Amino acid sequence: MKYLDEYRDGRLAARLLREIERKVAHPWVLMEICGGQTHTIMRYGLDELLPSSIELVHGPGCPVCVTPASILDRAIELAQRDDVTLVSYGDLLRVPGTKIDLFSAKARGADVRMVYSPLDALRIARLNSNRKVVFLAVGFETTAPANAMAVYQAHREGLDNFFLLASHVLVPPAIRALAASPDNRVQGFIAPGHVCTVVGCSDYEDLVQEFHVPIVVGGFEPVDLLQAILGLVTQLEEGRAEFANEYTRSVSYRGNLEAQRILREVFEVADQSWRGLGEIPQSGLRLRGKFAAWDADKVFDLQVPQAEAPSACISAEILKGLQKPTDCSAFGSVCTPESPLGAPMVSSEGACSAYYQYRRHSLVTIQ
Amino acid sequence: MNPLTCPLPVFDTETILMGHGGGGRLSADLFRNIFLPAFGNSILGRADDQALVEIGGARLAFTTDSFVVKPLFFRGGDIGSLAVHGTVNDLAVGGATPLFLSAAFILEEGFPLESLRRIVSSMREAAQRASVQIVTGDTKVVEKGSCDGMFINTAGIGIVDTNLHLSADQARPGDVVLLSGPIGDHGIAILAEREGLSFETDIVSDTAPLHSLVADLLAAGATIRCMRDPTRGGVASSCNEIAQTSGVGIQLEEKAIPLRDEVRGACELLGLDPLYIANEGKLLAICAPEDAERLLDAMQRHPLGRCASRIGKVTSENSGLLTMRTALGATRIVDMLANDPLPRIC
Repeated sequence: MKYLDEYRDGRLAARLLREIERKVAHPWVLMEICGGQTHTIMRYGLDELLPSSIELVHGPGCPVCVTPASILDRAIELAQRDDVTLVSYGDLLRVPGTKIDLFSAKARGADVRMVYSPLDALRIARLNSNRKVVFLAVGFETTAPANAMAVYQAHREGLDNFFLLASHVLVPPAIRALAASPDNRVQGFIAPGHVCTVVGCSDYEDLVQEFHVPIVVGGFEPVDLLQAILGLVTQLEEGRAEFANEYTRSVSYRGNLEAQRILREVFEVADQSWRGLGEIPQSGLRLRGKFAAWDADKVFDLQVPQAEAPSACISAEILKGLQKPTDCSAFGSVCTPESPLGAPMVSSEGACSAYYQYRRHSLVTIQ
Repeated sequence: MNPLTCPLPVFDTETILMGHGGGGRLSADLFRNIFLPAFGNSILGRADDQALVEIGGARLAFTTDSFVVKPLFFRGGDIGSLAVHGTVNDLAVGGATPLFLSAAFILEEGFPLESLRRIVSSMREAAQRASVQIVTGDTKVVEKGSCDGMFINTAGIGIVDTNLHLSADQARPGDVVLLSGPIGDHGIAILAEREGLSFETDIVSDTAPLHSLVADLLAAGATIRCMRDPTRGGVASSCNEIAQTSGVGIQLEEKAIPLRDEVRGACELLGLDPLYIANEGKLLAICAPEDAERLLDAMQRHPLGRCASRIGKVTSENSGLLTMRTALGATRIVDMLANDPLPRIC
């Protein structure tokens, strides 16, 4: 299949691996930001194939993992109201709030529906004018434009029974928080290809200047990731710290200007709380005042739950790349995808879930 | 640090979730924790797709299955043909010659008779094709809103050769895993017709009776350990069950698994793994290594097995686990399905 097979080609991957092996002379700690990239690394076993001096640590780029439980509690509270239809992506429905998840709310009678696009949620709202249709939206700069578009269209159509319950996060402020942290170990970042496709590259160039750390934009197939890793290793061995784009078939320097326009029109940057990482200034998006009539947080009288108690699971260390899922004593025994103790075990893109799904056979610590 | 104090709760297990019907881990939990303790007997305990009972010297296979597929009509079939094929296949993969079926209908008040006629006619054709008779049945009607159009339950009996011993506990290290054709067609065909999923495809459900393919395989004189039709939960769930029941590892070869480009494309777009997608006319067979070529040849000579291939092997390592050698040469786990990506597929 075109655009897939060539990036999963075993011979090409082997050639890149040999080249990486030739280049690498020192130990390096690299972080892939995006959960989709983590998933590919584990699924194809790239970390097993790389030289042992290259350590891959997994970043905070799994949207479900960094979504605060409080927004799920608000979604569940809304879903349990008689006149509300709660619509979201399948992944989100099984993320626990502080008490239950949306699947359980559905099992108890709530009207909860799964869609693949916020525009499908709009359609549900149009077809069910007697229901209040709330779309639960989380995610990075990748999912935000489509959610912005849904609100924009609802505004244009005067659709008054559609609402957005949103918790959007931005990648560059998170990288800044990680790189500036005194316990940071990461020496090179693989930037998230899909995010850069939308917002372009300039923010990442700024980060390279600010922290003198190489950043290479990477894709999501094994060959994409190996190219990004080769790019980082080459720079590090040569003592360089530059920005590079290895995902040129999708990422342009300026990004998707139309998507950026709709993002700016509908959302504004705000402080944001990340599950596991805490509050990061100017790292999220909220609906502008002009769209308040579609903002579930403003329209509905939602009890704002108390701040989350600090988690005893090590997800914060994992999201910062300080520890691996297998460093956790609960991993695979008391913490599994069916009974997750922490967010990275919940989402299929989460680092713990990826280790559990693909790798526990090689781990002796499993029950 | 005590990880148990983490504020995230454990999965809510006191309510039935859609995942309990998904054929994955939650379904297995329900069987193990509720049904097996209540009904426990050695026949049920084998947990095969069909029960094997002896009556007056004859070995009978006996099975039942309910069908709640949404929508009722889909590309390549409908709930009626599916209900016949599903039960015929559960009998066939136990090595039985399917003979008689029952059909029970739960109909929703207001359901159009014309649709019922179409479905019943499709059942008749499917039964003829599978050489079985529908010999008993039942009809119940529930108030509007109490079921989604119609549900069907079928049960079936078939006769098994006295020398045949196929069971999920028979796989041994060194055995070979064969698959009769490309995976995921049924699940993706249903998915394409679902509300809320806007994509178009020409993929047709593979729903088909496997009895004659099975008969050809049994006639090939090969040592077959076990057969499955990988429906809900897909090839991954069937292989996981066999690995766990036999106490062996199973290793698949990613490159060897037959998969249509259209199905692969849909799975890539929707973030699904075709190994977990339902099939309704595919056969998974585990056989002794020396007989693999002969069995594969017999599969490929049957119209339903033309694209059959050898997809993996049984190992002594990784007992109870299904693993896959990726296209790049590394090994990964293919886990039991934890939660159904798409309910009401059959």
